[in-house]
Amino acid sequence: MTASRLASGGSAIDRSRPIRFSFDGATVQGFAGDTIASALLANDVAVVGRSFKYHRPRGIWGAGVEEPNALVDVSGNRATPNTRATTEPAREGLVAKSVNATPNALADRNAFLDRFARFIPAAFYYKTFMWPDWHIFEPRIRAMAGLGKVDAGWTASGPADQINHHCDVLVVGAGPAGLAAARLAAGASLSVTLVDDQQTPGGSLGHRAGEIDGRPASVWVEETIAALAAGGHLVLPWTTAFGIYDHSLIGLNQRHFDGRPDTLWRVRPRRIVLATGAIERPLPFASNDLPGILSADAALSYLRRHAVLAGRRIVVATNNDSAYEVAEAVAEAGAEVTLVDIRRDGMPATSSKVRLIKGRTPAAARGKLRVEGVTLDDGARLDADCVLVSGGWTPTIHLFCQARGKLAWSEARAAFVPGDAVDGIAVAGAAAGAVSLSDVFAGAEQAVASLSETKAAALRSTGPEATDGIEAAWPRPGSKGRIWIDYQNDVTVKDVELAARENFVSVEHLKRYTTLGMATDQGKTSNLPGLALMAGITGRTVPEVGTTTYRPPFTPVPLSSFAGARAGALMAPVRRLPLERAHRQSGAVFQEYGGWLRPAHYGGAGADADRAIADEARRARQSVALFDGSTLGKIEVIGPKAAEFVDFLYYNTMSTLKPGRCRYGFMLSENGVVFDDGVLVRLDEHRFVVSCSSSHVAAVHARLEEWRQDRFGRGAVYIHNATSEMATLTVSGPNARKLLETLDLDLSLDEADLPHMAIGHGSYAGDEVRIARVSFTGDRSYEISIRADRAEPLWAHLRGAGKAFDAVVIGLEALMILRAEKGFIVIGKDTDGTTLPHDLGSEGPRAKRQTEFVGRRSLYTEEASRGDRLQLVGLAVPQGEAPLPTGAHGIKRSDGRLRSQGFVTSSYESPTLGRPVALGLIERGASRHGETIEIQHLGKLRSATIAAPCAFDPAGDRLHA
Amino acid sequence: MQLFPCPFCGPRDETEFHYGGDAGNVRPDGAEVPIDRWAGYLYLRGNPKGTAREIWVHMSCGEFFVMERDTVTHKVLSSSALGGEHAP
Repeated sequence: MTASRLASGGSAIDRSRPIRFSFDGATVQGFAGDTIASALLANDVAVVGRSFKYHRPRGIWGAGVEEPNALVDVSGNRATPNTRATTEPAREGLVAKSVNATPNALADRNAFLDRFARFIPAAFYYKTFMWPDWHIFEPRIRAMAGLGKVDAGWTASGPADQINHHCDVLVVGAGPAGLAAARLAAGASLSVTLVDDQQTPGGSLGHRAGEIDGRPASVWVEETIAALAAGGHLVLPWTTAFGIYDHSLIGLNQRHFDGRPDTLWRVRPRRIVLATGAIERPLPFASNDLPGILSADAALSYLRRHAVLAGRRIVVATNNDSAYEVAEAVAEAGAEVTLVDIRRDGMPATSSKVRLIKGRTPAAARGKLRVEGVTLDDGARLDADCVLVSGGWTPTIHLFCQARGKLAWSEARAAFVPGDAVDGIAVAGAAAGAVSLSDVFAGAEQAVASLSETKAAALRSTGPEATDGIEAAWPRPGSKGRIWIDYQNDVTVKDVELAARENFVSVEHLKRYTTLGMATDQGKTSNLPGLALMAGITGRTVPEVGTTTYRPPFTPVPLSSFAGARAGALMAPVRRLPLERAHRQSGAVFQEYGGWLRPAHYGGAGADADRAIADEARRARQSVALFDGSTLGKIEVIGPKAAEFVDFLYYNTMSTLKPGRCRYGFMLSENGVVFDDGVLVRLDEHRFVVSCSSSHVAAVHARLEEWRQDRFGRGAVYIHNATSEMATLTVSGPNARKLLETLDLDLSLDEADLPHMAIGHGSYAGDEVRIARVSFTGDRSYEISIRADRAEPLWAHLRGAGKAFDAVVIGLEALMILRAEKGFIVIGKDTDGTTLPHDLGSEGPRAKRQTEFVGRRSLYTEEASRGDRLQLVGLAVPQGEAPLPTGAHGIKRSDGRLRSQGFVTSSYESPTLGRPVALGLIERGASRHGETIEIQHLGKLRSATIAAPCAFDPAGDRLHA
Repeated sequence: MQLFPCPFCGPRDETEFHYGGDAGNVRPDGAEVPIDRWAGYLYLRGNPKGTAREIWVHMSCGEFFVMERDTVTHKVLSSSALGGEHAP
């Protein structure tokens, strides 16, 4: 091949702006407007990559999204692996590298693999690397597989924009059909969005002959775009519609080349017009994958847009009329052209510049690193430095099929075309099988007529009309030589035959067995030939064989487009405490707990952290501890049926609670499993506050709403989630009351006025405070709730006054130790998805309650009544031993075999007791206190003694101390 | 991405909704409900091919409602607030 840039012409390039970029380390000269592919072609770079499996030399095939061969890794401000050289604009300073080739495409050191091709057909991995173990071979095979390399060090300049957009009509594709549809829709007063994946609109009008309403096609394209812009319609170049989703959501990816990440558009148009065109197919002959063998239409595009002539001695091979225009054009540009048509008659006329050979088929291409000639089926040898082929056109119906459109087989087109219409979607132009401009416009008019009563002026094709006349030339079984079906995945006719022999005859099986139609191009050039071959082998028709499923995306979309701003801190935003700043000033180390960012402890990292936690837990028992409990749920239930409502929601009877009092209880799921625990406060006759686990607030709230709306009715109760309105500051310890007495809270702290499990109302600095005497530490505790925005002075006051009592501020980790010492559970940690309330020792309501509640019936099933249920226990280990590992199993030996009889759920070193404390769920545990069992973790055995869950102050004296 | 019509807020993206179960799956009350009946209430779902009546909740406004939709075509046929005495 001796491709070259012509001295003049090229509608897309700007010769006044030369650019330089690098490909495989060599400098390539081009012009603004070039793609990487057009510039490589202009510089006569024949080998641009290596094939996936055999490392065959590969050249540029196409000029658009269908490109199977010319994949490059691009680095720079828009680093992209495996991008198609045919759609990537050449830019000054861009660095492109061929894929699957070491050190470069021309001299690939794995090229020897092609000599072993006969030993590595489709599926050879599955057959060869089975013995002794796939995993022995896997690392080397993985290292060889894959195409481009991700540049792990590269990061985008910022988050991708994501835009939601609405319009009357979205037109996909700005070729003749799309432009006509957009123009007609705009003329009918519909709002139009027109998207096209190229930089400049026009589609085939950019390189094919045409005249519209008496004007050259290029003029008509410019007029149409100008009119759309003037009418306020949106035209998006560089934009690919990659997927149609439910209810006509269509996803667009808009590329930018100024350093910005791509933009994702989510469009909900009322109607969609698909004018996505058609893709040219290769012809099947031996070694049809050699560099220098191009799509005929692509060569015409390079000639007209980039002034690149693909060769000097060109053979054009075709089975349809569309290549005739190409043959004439490259001959006109100075090439010596031989046109080989497999048909004997019915074809267009040729000029004297083109030598025509009728009724002959190329049998094989010759050459090593680039094509040197073609041998025809009669043995005639034609020399050539470039072969342009057209095996017919495959309508681009991907989006139509994604929208569940059914295809119909067109014998006349030798292709699938859209079948029955899909609601809200029209297909026009070559995508619908139209060939001539007149047919294209008729289709566009029909597409728009179905959208609007208003009729815009019709369009007329006044120039030459394209014709088709295709005579199908599918790959045939038993053909000689290696005939490529899928260039990207190295699938040949023999591979498809092998699949058929081994009964992988369904197209979906064929695809997976041979990899036909996989990877970045998704078989845009290969699918139809592949399944037509399978039809030939199995004696079926092509529609009987059918197609594989079309799924988004149509072309690869950067993950950054889908991610948008959802990265880093915005990936899963944490909820923050009103007192976060104060905690940070106190040296708090924060961690995320159930979506909240909370102080874990107040000192150091590593061993320091462990010491700090132990110190906090020990000092909390000695005098007084301050803790920020603001995350605790505070959901208000208000209304005439509030008492009845909480009775139904809780396992425990709550309606007997007196105003001003609190009660601890469980909420169950309907399957009886403990869903949440917490304290219910009764503020007055018709008003309760559900205090639920910090990480469970949203779920509990949703559950309350569900039962309210489904069972009780909107007039019965009102539910208000007040969790974030108030901060809750906890004062706990033997000196808690003394500390509170130093504050003027305007309420009596006397035991008679504010006993354990009661609430009081006071005020602090003019703001109402609610004080609940509930305890998660086992010590006398006060939970003071105050407006979140007024909490900071109170917290500062508590800390200041606390100094006299040697008060300690504790984080969540120390609190976990304190509660575990007391045997207080954390739902989801000390319980699992099978734990029923009586497994936790709460038998009363199950035995006695007469009224209905959530989960009730499930507590009386056979399963719920089993004697060997896992029950909550404490697990004691001797002083001096390390704490049991959380998750370790209690094991049992029977008949020489080990069996789990439960597991450790919480385990800590208690600084107050000077020994480890642990909670667990153990079979029949409640009746086995005192029994010593074996505990196994990672193969190591220890022993522990089953005990009551509460290891510290079992009588509960400290609550009142 | 499906569009669901919340009877209170209008059409919104499906990501704003949670599924709430089959409509008409009435809860049987009582500790003596036959176990098969209770198991049916808890676990047995119609999973119809075609028209389905379902309870959904619009998480943004917190309202539960009944939606009829086609499980094959994903066409939404109707949506209405929970009916009867409990209607707003």
